[in-house]
Amino acid sequence: MIEIIDLRKSFNGQEVLRGVTLTIHERELIAIIGRSGMGKSVLLKHLIGLHRPDSGRILIKGEDIMQVCLRDVCRLRERFGVLFQGGALFDSMTVYENVAFPLQEKTRFSKAEIRERVHHALEDVGLTGVDDKYPAELSGGMRKRVALARALITEPEIVLFDEPTTGLDPISLNAIHRLIIRTHRKYQFTGIVISHDIPQIFDIADRVAMLHDGKIIEVGLPEEIQRSENPIVKQFITGSLEGPIKVLH
Amino acid sequence: MVNILRMTGRYTLSEIRNLGRMFLFLLTSLGHIFIPPFKFRLMLRQIWFFGNKSMLVILLTGSFTGMVLSLQIYFTLRKFGSEALLGPAVALSLIRELGPVLSALMVTGRAGSALTAEIGIMRITEQIDALISMALSPKNYLIVPNLLAALISFPLLCSIFDLIGIYGGYVVAVKLLGMSSGTYFSQMQDFVEMEDIWMGIVKSLSFGLIVSWVSCYKGYTTGYGAKGVSRATTEAVVLSSILILIWDYFIGSVWT
Repeated sequence: MIEIIDLRKSFNGQEVLRGVTLTIHERELIAIIGRSGMGKSVLLKHLIGLHRPDSGRILIKGEDIMQVCLRDVCRLRERFGVLFQGGALFDSMTVYENVAFPLQEKTRFSKAEIRERVHHALEDVGLTGVDDKYPAELSGGMRKRVALARALITEPEIVLFDEPTTGLDPISLNAIHRLIIRTHRKYQFTGIVISHDIPQIFDIADRVAMLHDGKIIEVGLPEEIQRSENPIVKQFITGSLEGPIKVLH
Repeated sequence: MVNILRMTGRYTLSEIRNLGRMFLFLLTSLGHIFIPPFKFRLMLRQIWFFGNKSMLVILLTGSFTGMVLSLQIYFTLRKFGSEALLGPAVALSLIRELGPVLSALMVTGRAGSALTAEIGIMRITEQIDALISMALSPKNYLIVPNLLAALISFPLLCSIFDLIGIYGGYVVAVKLLGMSSGTYFSQMQDFVEMEDIWMGIVKSLSFGLIVSWVSCYKGYTTGYGAKGVSRATTEAVVLSSILILIWDYFIGSVWT
């Protein structure tokens, strides 16, 4: 489904991605874990063409997104839904307008159809009676749920979750995880979740990949990653200060 | 010495690169005017944003500019015994020069800075990325409506500024300095030509383009965090103001 081949990217001379290679299978839910600042979000933004790599290839169903023209990039983007780290809801729009926006702009549905789909999507994420509220009036967890509803409203083939639980309390965190599992089962999308939530992420992902120092250093089933002998993976999962990753000097 | 040369060279190259990016941004944005979707409602909202919200400041500055102008020019003209030319002097100063420039500077401070901050916040909160990820062009939704709205509202605001300025001058000349209202207006009709009005319109059109272009560009390319947005806002106001004054001189010297 998605093939990332030897992807490299530098910002101001600093190499963030140093040859990322990863294959993501159709309809799987893969989690990419790793320390902050290791380039996980940068990797995600490459998939929808928000960043252009210095070298390397990204194939989506065999199509190299670096080789296609702008119109085809837009066509490829239509296959994606993205849940951004902060939600990225349009703050000048209400909840209803935010969720309806992709349908209004990209489809020819009637107003009644859009209304029905928006309410359905909001119900899917457990939100009712918030149509007229603005994002600023919602809690962090509710904002994430609205963003999830917006990401799923067009029923995309691929959904990217950029740290969907950052800044949430444990209950909201579990609620978002459960929503990801539930919506994944229902819509059968290919999901890529960037996350720091250890160990919860092992319960929701089909596979887990660890990004460290600009490279994927290990990828496998959750139990394989949990049993990994790689000292970097081990240290990250246990959160230990002792090991090859030096945090405090 | 080598270090100083290297730093100067690096700075110059970076500024040239920035200038190139700015012009490319303008060209692609202008190109998007003709590419659907056409966001007519967003443009109307931005006309309201530029126009209606700047009205009070335009009325205030316009009236006081006209009043001050009338007062100062009257005492100068009196030395030459040419008080009768006060009306045309006030009108020509406002229509050709002060109206377009001052109204543009006022709108830059009021709406340009707000526009940069709004787009800048959209950038740092990933709202622009969200638009792109939905396969929508931010140029169509954020930039083009602002460019068109500025092109429509700036000449209108300038006309209001001119009109209120001329009446401000009238109040001072007639009510305060005792000039007859007939003299004030009749001389104006003789001296102000259509070309003067065209000059004011062309100036305010170009200032509208400058302010919306610079404000949108600075917001669109804002740096990280609140500091990035505040820096972008300041840069937008300063650069717009400088470009307005330079462009004003350029048009003034070419269009004689």
